[in-house]
Amino acid sequence: MPATIRKILTQVDETLIEGGKSVSPPTRRAVSVAVIANPFAGGYRDDLGELTEIGVELGDLLTKRCLAALGIEPGQAESFGKAAIVGEGGELEHAAAILHPKMGTPVRAALGKGPALIPSAKKRGGLGTPIDVPLGHKDAAYVRSHFDAVEVRVTDAPRAGEILVAIAVTDSGRPLPRIGGLTKDQIKGEDGLR
Amino acid sequence: MSVLVEIRRIQTTVEEIFHEFGPLPGRTERIASVCAVLTNPYAGRYEPDIMPMMEALKPAGLEMATRCLNALGGDPATIEGYGKGAVVGSAGELEHGALWHVPGGYAMREILGNAKAIVPSTKKVAGPGARIDIPVTHINACYVRSHFGAVEVGVPGSPQADEMVLILVMTTGARIHERVGGLRADQISVWDGQR
Repeated sequence: MPATIRKILTQVDETLIEGGKSVSPPTRRAVSVAVIANPFAGGYRDDLGELTEIGVELGDLLTKRCLAALGIEPGQAESFGKAAIVGEGGELEHAAAILHPKMGTPVRAALGKGPALIPSAKKRGGLGTPIDVPLGHKDAAYVRSHFDAVEVRVTDAPRAGEILVAIAVTDSGRPLPRIGGLTKDQIKGEDGLR
Repeated sequence: MSVLVEIRRIQTTVEEIFHEFGPLPGRTERIASVCAVLTNPYAGRYEPDIMPMMEALKPAGLEMATRCLNALGGDPATIEGYGKGAVVGSAGELEHGALWHVPGGYAMREILGNAKAIVPSTKKVAGPGARIDIPVTHINACYVRSHFGAVEVGVPGSPQADEMVLILVMTTGARIHERVGGLRADQISVWDGQR
């Protein structure tokens, strides 16, 4: 069963000046969120496979929405992240079923590459609950300039029987990074870490 | 005074609404918002003459209206509702937010082909991450009941004390399951901005 999607919200946050200094080029973070029906709300189910397949569908759809919103080619993406908020009729494990088993493959396929772990967050929440989607460099998780998060919320979601699923993609790290560590030009890109 | 208009950050959002657990209406309602975070050149003091900024905001208004339209595909004929608003950071005054009425409203009306209706608005002074409900009405007749709406927006971390967030909203149609009667968009006949 494909996801029953009630709405999709896609947002781009662009920083041109931070701390009084110009950011050039501006840093840009996109996040796209689908509000879907939770087929397992209101009861316990052992087999969560239907949600795992929804994770495949949304991994592709939301990553492409982010790329389109940024107006970039897949190769220009730098960091990524994912998150879910389960409405009060569902379990945290429902979010896990969407995010963890299979979602990474379509996300990486849409981006062309991305051996790093896709950082994630999940929680149960009511309508308008915000979530901070963690961000990390898609090719090397230790790139310190790209440790970040982007906050998103949907005013009227999730209702009790819904799940809010978010994917974030950027074409940049933090504005004005200056705390050292691994930089993106030092990436070897083999093990997903460095 | 250095520059009056300095944009620090822009957040563009598109919401696509397919249904609200009712029957699929055969159309998608889309809502775009553009929130620009600006330095407030009058923060921290009482400035009697703030009118120069109203004039200086005109290009920013056109740029934001264009971004909003483009986020919905770029065709002015598809835009049916609009609204605007401002959130002023804590070192500024409500009156600074009022500077947005003319440049924000006229920019949207201009790029939408001289839309008739007044652009509904809200404004407030608030802290970083504040949310604000931007009212929405039909672009040519503010009494069209199917298009009365509101869009909640906010920029995480903004406005800082010396900033203001200026907001424009456009929509492509009526509420997704509108069914409470009243004046309909296809009944607009007076063309006075109201009916």
